[in-house]
Amino acid sequence: MAEKHNFGIQPVTCHTFNKDRSGLALSLNSSEVKIYKKNGSKWQPTSSLQEHGQRVTSIDWAANSNKIVTCGADRNAYVWTMNSDGTWKPNLVILRINRAATFVKWSPNEKKFAVGSGARLISVSYYEEDNNWWVSKHIKKPIRSTVTCLDWHPNSVLIAAGSTDFKARVFSGYIKEYDPKPEACSWGSKMPWGALMAEHSNGSGGWVHSVSFSPSGDRLVWVGHDSSVNVVDAAKGATLTSVKGNFLPFKSVTWVTENSLVAAGYDCNPTVFTYDDAGKLTLINKLDQSQEKAAGTMSAMNRFKNFDTRATSGDSTSELKTQHQNTITEIGIYSGTKADCTKFSTSGVDGNIIIWDIKSLEKSIAGLKIA
Amino acid sequence: MAATLKPYLNAVRNTVTAAMCVQNFDSQVVERHNKPEVETKSSKELLLQPVIISRNEKEKVLIEGSINSLRISIAIKQADEIEKILCHKFMRFMMMRAENFFILRRKPVDGYNISFLITNFHSEQMYKHKLVDFLITYMEEIDKEINEMKLAVNSRARISAEEFLKHF
Repeated sequence: MAEKHNFGIQPVTCHTFNKDRSGLALSLNSSEVKIYKKNGSKWQPTSSLQEHGQRVTSIDWAANSNKIVTCGADRNAYVWTMNSDGTWKPNLVILRINRAATFVKWSPNEKKFAVGSGARLISVSYYEEDNNWWVSKHIKKPIRSTVTCLDWHPNSVLIAAGSTDFKARVFSGYIKEYDPKPEACSWGSKMPWGALMAEHSNGSGGWVHSVSFSPSGDRLVWVGHDSSVNVVDAAKGATLTSVKGNFLPFKSVTWVTENSLVAAGYDCNPTVFTYDDAGKLTLINKLDQSQEKAAGTMSAMNRFKNFDTRATSGDSTSELKTQHQNTITEIGIYSGTKADCTKFSTSGVDGNIIIWDIKSLEKSIAGLKIA
Repeated sequence: MAATLKPYLNAVRNTVTAAMCVQNFDSQVVERHNKPEVETKSSKELLLQPVIISRNEKEKVLIEGSINSLRISIAIKQADEIEKILCHKFMRFMMMRAENFFILRRKPVDGYNISFLITNFHSEQMYKHKLVDFLITYMEEIDKEINEMKLAVNSRARISAEEFLKHF
């Protein structure tokens, strides 16, 4: 149901797969990006990308062009292209930001990418053939604090951004001299560069940790530090629905079908929500159902061992019941697309990446129905 | 355990667990810096509402949260002079060795006896739930410890007084 891959004791800050899922790029909370190749059921390290001067904050691997973009706390972003001998060639992107870059994402057509930053702006970069470099344009207004997360609309023009000023926004990333003219969509018909298409807040003020467009691009979900999951459906008058529960905040969210989404975070447990056509958002279930360990009687040896190391005679191996033992940092789609995801991956602060099989989970957990 | 201790510790545990949701966050004010926001207080929007949980006038806990760090300050019960002295000495002893305790702050926040500063780096190195357990155990033990020391000091005073008075 869930395969677990361990990458040491350091947190996995961010991870991304290549198109056929035979390659994995991740950063273990350092300035290095490690590339792994799938070998049987194991991941084997192949190369390491060392250009960043400070912690790498985000990685994205473009499926079709096979380029990796990374950004880091050193305010830089690099686009890595693979040479014919399998090594990676960096290409520095001049982002023109003066604070840490926090998040990077390729547009679906892989021609542009957007970088969020602590400089309270979004930098959209595109490739200029004549000069052989990546040029950046900035979206500044009305962002008031660090941009923490981004997502692209399927039309490769609109960008959703969440920020620590408690708001989720949709901007236009249309570059006139570069993009074909976009067709009107549910978020609006005129999309000049940098225009604010929508701005939403659930009113209770939590830093937005993650945003995601639904496969059709009409619905936008974001999760906040106030333990909320919020959905806006632009096709239905942009009404806001939010759910709060007695769970800890979520760090990351993604749609797995047009109606269902998975969120995970500080609870270390991926949770499924469904947004139905009537505009109601409901928590369906947690995916990490603990297998109760047999609470056997403690052996005398263990008792003394515990007494020796922990100064208690009780059974104090209080591991969490979830598979991840620490915060989940990121969710990614592993197989399928946002519209019909069958497997997704989660990376955690405990150094694990777990791949969850939705179909088999659906069978084994009573009452779990992915709409 | 006294009747009021359990709910008090439960309240502290739940609040700390919620406040422990921290992440790595680079300063948005100073270039290439990464500072605990709860200490620098450079951006208002990155701080959470501070919470005070108090068991009575003297015993209370202040929990201040932010996006990448939290500060927990504990005021310990001090009923009389001798407890005050013991508490002061004991806390001083620990705070002078703060780096060995990782999450201990070198100085307490005003009005409290001891403060802990937990940043995202601690929650990455250590399990979050274990950090919470440590804090709760600490709060449970510290009262006991001071009571024991007080008894030890008293009995020692009694013995030395007896020995001294034997000479007369």
